[in-house]
Amino acid sequence: MKRLVGAAVPLLAALFAFLFGAIMLLAIGANPWDGLVAIVDGAYGDGDALATTAVKAMPLILVGAGITIAFRASVVNIGGEGQIVAGALLSTVVALALPDLPALILIPMVLLAGLIGGGIAGAVPGALKAYASVNEILSTIMLNLVMVQLMNYLLRGPLIDPIEVERGTRIPQTERLSDNAAMPTLIDGTRLHLGVVIAILAAIIAYIVLWRTPLGFRLRAVGHSPEAARAAGIKVKRHVTYALSISGSLGGLAGALLVFGSEGQRMVTDGSSAGFTGSAGFNGIVAALFGALHPLWTIPSAFLFGGLLTGATNMQRVLQVPAALAVALNGLVVIFVISSDPVRSRIDRFLSSRGELNETLKSEKPVDNQEIDA
Amino acid sequence: MKPKPNSRTFTRLLAVLLAFTFVVAACGSDDADSGDATVDTDLTVAIVAPSASEDLAFTQSMVDSVKAMGITPQITDGTFIVDDAAAAIRGYAEDGINVVIAHGTQFGGSLAEIAPDFPDTTFIWGTATDTQGLDNVFAYYPEADQGGYVNGVVAAQLTQSGTIGVVGPVQAGDAVAYIDGFAAGAESQGATVNITYTDSFSDVALAAEAAQAHLTNGADVLTGTAQMVVGAVGVASENDIPWFGTQANQTPLDEGLVVASQVYHWEVVLKEMFALIEDGTKGGQTFALTLENDGLVIEFNDGYELDGDTTKLAEDTIAGIIDGSISTGG
Amino acid sequence: MSEFFTLSVLVATLASGIRLATPYLIAALGETIGQRSGVLNLGVDGVMLLSAFFAYWTVLETKNLWLGVAVGIVVGFVMGIIYGIITVFFHATQGISGIGIFLFGLGFSDLMFQKQVGTPRPIKQLPDVSIPLLADIPHVGEALFQHNLLIYVAFLLVPIVTFMLKRTTFGMNISAVGENPQAADSLGVSVAQTRFTAILIGNTMAGLAGAALTLELGIFQANLTSGLGFIAVALVYFGAWRPVGVMGGALLYGLVGATVVQLKALQVIPRSVSDIASMAPALLTIAALIVLAGRVKAPSALTRPFSRH
Repeated sequence: MKRLVGAAVPLLAALFAFLFGAIMLLAIGANPWDGLVAIVDGAYGDGDALATTAVKAMPLILVGAGITIAFRASVVNIGGEGQIVAGALLSTVVALALPDLPALILIPMVLLAGLIGGGIAGAVPGALKAYASVNEILSTIMLNLVMVQLMNYLLRGPLIDPIEVERGTRIPQTERLSDNAAMPTLIDGTRLHLGVVIAILAAIIAYIVLWRTPLGFRLRAVGHSPEAARAAGIKVKRHVTYALSISGSLGGLAGALLVFGSEGQRMVTDGSSAGFTGSAGFNGIVAALFGALHPLWTIPSAFLFGGLLTGATNMQRVLQVPAALAVALNGLVVIFVISSDPVRSRIDRFLSSRGELNETLKSEKPVDNQEIDA
Repeated sequence: MKPKPNSRTFTRLLAVLLAFTFVVAACGSDDADSGDATVDTDLTVAIVAPSASEDLAFTQSMVDSVKAMGITPQITDGTFIVDDAAAAIRGYAEDGINVVIAHGTQFGGSLAEIAPDFPDTTFIWGTATDTQGLDNVFAYYPEADQGGYVNGVVAAQLTQSGTIGVVGPVQAGDAVAYIDGFAAGAESQGATVNITYTDSFSDVALAAEAAQAHLTNGADVLTGTAQMVVGAVGVASENDIPWFGTQANQTPLDEGLVVASQVYHWEVVLKEMFALIEDGTKGGQTFALTLENDGLVIEFNDGYELDGDTTKLAEDTIAGIIDGSISTGG
Repeated sequence: MSEFFTLSVLVATLASGIRLATPYLIAALGETIGQRSGVLNLGVDGVMLLSAFFAYWTVLETKNLWLGVAVGIVVGFVMGIIYGIITVFFHATQGISGIGIFLFGLGFSDLMFQKQVGTPRPIKQLPDVSIPLLADIPHVGEALFQHNLLIYVAFLLVPIVTFMLKRTTFGMNISAVGENPQAADSLGVSVAQTRFTAILIGNTMAGLAGAALTLELGIFQANLTSGLGFIAVALVYFGAWRPVGVMGGALLYGLVGATVVQLKALQVIPRSVSDIASMAPALLTIAALIVLAGRVKAPSALTRPFSRH
């Protein structure tokens, strides 16, 4: 019963969102039912659509799992965009430097480079928060801007494809990266690649780390009450830095998987981070919160939200409606579903909850954004 | 030489080609006549493009070109996210569209994966200078430095201070080509060119301040490229400063001050590609827009009066670029 | 480099920095009020885009600048009602609902623009107003007292918001519900009503910020704000929830941006490192905070919904 309500309320909310979307569609002269069909069809209609949705969900899972870890330690990470870019850049550098290594060695190396790149991009705001009292919302937003410029600088300068310079076309992209670093495609003829599996595994590992290891315990203790954690002998500052580093490294891994899995084996910039990341740094936050800040629930949540994104692209193509409508619709879904969440928990309470997972969740809810004093 | 915005007739939004049709036609004699661009074809066409169809810039130039051929394309615009563009490109191919135009350099990686899966579909991709070895892909790019050079030469005639300001986005692609060509053209006439890259395609306010900074430093003629320059054109309007545009005809942004725009007429190369497709060649070639093949056209705003000498100089410059006697430095 | 230190260039850079800072300042002041009451709004950018579009559209159709400003403010107010309902009555997680508002604003403003306007068409810009006497002060007058009216309004809002937060009952209530809603509630302060009002004021100011941006530029296009609203949220943390501090952050960010642009125009910054130089506003904001950072505590109840149960 509880599970049923848990699923029914957000679905009802999504329905309301689509009702608003239907009004928008009618207003611009498109058939709302066709719109809904196009979204569902584009997201889950056939194997190809499912593969595309999975590929879209991949970075959301990783960023979402990272967000979960940060939030559990009471740290807000809005720097996903920059961390994805950082991971992608470092992994690209590795692939450019060592193109001839066999796949069995090169693939782990580029993934590790992604983890490290994103980890550094997360460690900086983490350390700044812990040791210099710089609020992480500010530093992560600012670092997003810095990383975009770094990407543009590297891709039009040191890392640019020499052919682009030779021809004078100067398109800001690397040369095609070594095929030895490419994520194997899982099903021929679809875009489904190994990175999706890696992302799911990473989310499971994040869950295990968070709930089954001493490190996870300490992170959550810091999130629950920094004072109590310190009294228990936990090094609070260090763990705040860890939290953002781990969170960032998962984003960085997503960056590497985007380059070597989802996007044609080279890094190219259109001048913005969203062009490369697909705004996964922000959408991952949405996926994590839909998933009630639990790494495992982030996985289905990312598939749902990823489906919405691919479905909206399909609707745009089939009905010839502007992309802007899809963006607005996504916003509505987020607003409605998130507004329904407290309604759901109220019903939950009413039904006297016994579900183990939800109990855990409730008792583990982090103390939001508490400042850490020295 | 103050600008004389005399014929501010609001009905005439689009500027007309001036005397250059004659010159170009005379020089580019081996070209088909540029008057009628329509083609007779049954091919279905779809466009996937990164910005809005009516952006007065990159995307609009392609949409207008295809429509000028008498073809009504299906359009998925605003797909600056590579992933979404890839889904749209694949979707059109699956729908059985004959020709899918992937109008964005950044879509190349996706295309390399998609094109081999749909050997019967032709993908037209740009701006790009090669087809990545794919035999069902045509590539296209503008030699934007050519029109930039012409704009620069004309701009140098209009400046009294001798300083011209340029507002660019990120230093890449045809933005660099246009700006470098513009600088070469203006400098060949003895003008000083100050170039600012704002490092953003979207920050309109920053583009406006960049234009303002040029004015502070003595510039009295401005140009710029990419969609955020609307901010810089606003500054030009406020200060009565002549403006040179590129990609699409920017006259609607200020009918009194836009002197000339380099306009991309993709239909010139698209026509050639369509002819090849009809004959069974699905791809494998690269096409460039140039002044010579009428793919690049300098469209002057008749709301901005130029004197005879300047007009003549512009004609000579275009002729010189076409016959190779002038190097645009590109 | 010496070209930069001429009076006219310095004056122009200062004026440019003030223009750039204004939308950040108005939006961040509004966000400050909301956060002081315990509500984080990540949707500022979306609200700004909506109000900017409707202000622009109004001016395009009516040619009436002040009607445009009014419409921008009203749109902000309406979004305030919506966000208030979402956060205060539905207790939605604030970070995520703000992202929802952002996405909606980004998409809807673009959709309306494409359907109603199409291509970017210029509108009248807000005219500059010289302040009598002050504008005549050599150089200083040019930099500080020859701006459009909304820029003066932005800076006048700093003392007004400070006064409101510190000296009025409403301001005390805001702090009370932001620090300890339970205690405030037991003292008879309506947490819901106070927060709702704070949200309304904050969003209305975001609306004004959007109108100020589009009417300063005289144009609108998709994603006109280019992430400006997110930076405004960041600047609230820079200013440690104090209007004067927020003003300092906005000015720092704007002035550094203006300086970089000026140095590029002077060709002092070579093209080869243009994008590296463009990192300066973001990096210096962080650096300044490292130097200045006191141990300022956030409103204790920030992002925490309140219910009596």
